[in-house]
Amino acid sequence: MSMNRREFIKITGLSTLFGLAGKGAFELLRPGVLDAAEHGHGHGAPAPEEPAEAAIRWGMTIDVEKCSEPGVVERCIKACHSVHNVPDFGDTKNQVKWLWEDDYEHTFAGNENEFMADHVKALPFLCLCNHCDEPPCVRVCPTKATFRRPDGIVAMDYHRCIGCRFCMAACPYGSRSFNWFDPRDALNQKEYNMEFPTRMRGVVEKCNFCVERLAKGQMPACVEAAPQALAFGNLADPDSNVRQILRKRSSMRRKLELGSKPSVFYLV
Amino acid sequence: MYDAWKILVGLAIFLGLFTFAFWMNAGKAAPVPEVKIDTPEIKKMPEPERKCVEDKHFMRTTHMQLINHWRDQALRDGNREYVNKKGEKYVISLQNTCIKCHSNKKEFCDKCHDYAGVSPYCWDCHIVPPEEPKEEPKGNEL
Repeated sequence: MSMNRREFIKITGLSTLFGLAGKGAFELLRPGVLDAAEHGHGHGAPAPEEPAEAAIRWGMTIDVEKCSEPGVVERCIKACHSVHNVPDFGDTKNQVKWLWEDDYEHTFAGNENEFMADHVKALPFLCLCNHCDEPPCVRVCPTKATFRRPDGIVAMDYHRCIGCRFCMAACPYGSRSFNWFDPRDALNQKEYNMEFPTRMRGVVEKCNFCVERLAKGQMPACVEAAPQALAFGNLADPDSNVRQILRKRSSMRRKLELGSKPSVFYLV
Repeated sequence: MYDAWKILVGLAIFLGLFTFAFWMNAGKAAPVPEVKIDTPEIKKMPEPERKCVEDKHFMRTTHMQLINHWRDQALRDGNREYVNKKGEKYVISLQNTCIKCHSNKKEFCDKCHDYAGVSPYCWDCHIVPPEEPKEEPKGNEL
């Protein structure tokens, strides 16, 4: 049984043409086996791991009418920014913001109800990172500097941030700010919160839902500053404070149509 | 060999210049730094109980790995409690655990880092307590 080179090439060429050799043949005769072997699992491809139902998903409710009481919004912003050493450069171009105030038109841009009651349209809205369940910023981050913790908080690892600002482009809520300058230039050294770091020039920063305070069993700084207007709790627990509030009050969320599933609820 | 003496002189000059950095600095080795642990917080601890989260040798050789590990634990894994080899628990935090005691960055961190020629970027973000000039003469009495 001999075969010369020319015959061999003819036969392999023809059999490939009819799908009888190579990967195609494997798929025809033993479907799935080759792929499985390539992935090193042996017996068929395993089903991708389904994430277990999270026990905690932190969320916040903001009572917009109570936020309109004098001083409430300012008090929350001041509490947040002083606890986290957020610099104030004094202009909107270089502004760094974790918690800020905006109007109805901008907060609910795109899906605003043009027949919303006049008094709601005139209210101030506290804005912050929505700690989305499907955070678009996390999907675009090339270094995994921003990531979603199992408890739903979208966290930043400033050690890894390379300042590419993809996350700023991806965030539909404008919740992220870039440090164009050294934030320490705009901070008063005497007013540092010594228990929390600052950031450095060239990283993106945002609200962290006070993860460092939650670890100590404290409420977020803004909630502590205005407990009558803000509530913080576990959205995954049907009996939690926020779920009870949401069961009784009607709420709005920002840009729901994008599917990012924000965890901040505006009570109207 | 043609022009032997020219070549040898040229070689001698070349070697002299090439090794310039070595013989210029010969005998001038920088002294091994003595780090100071005489901060107020450490002084509060009675002498025999003065200890870091791990033993001295481990901290000297491995603090960089430990701090890196702490960073990932606290920030990425959300675990803010460290259990040392003896089973003692500490809060994982550079600013609230390490620097609470070692509040003298210049005399503690910088001395060795300068000697070793390393410049870690911890302090770009993490805040160092201000080292008050008033207290310095007291600290430097020795």
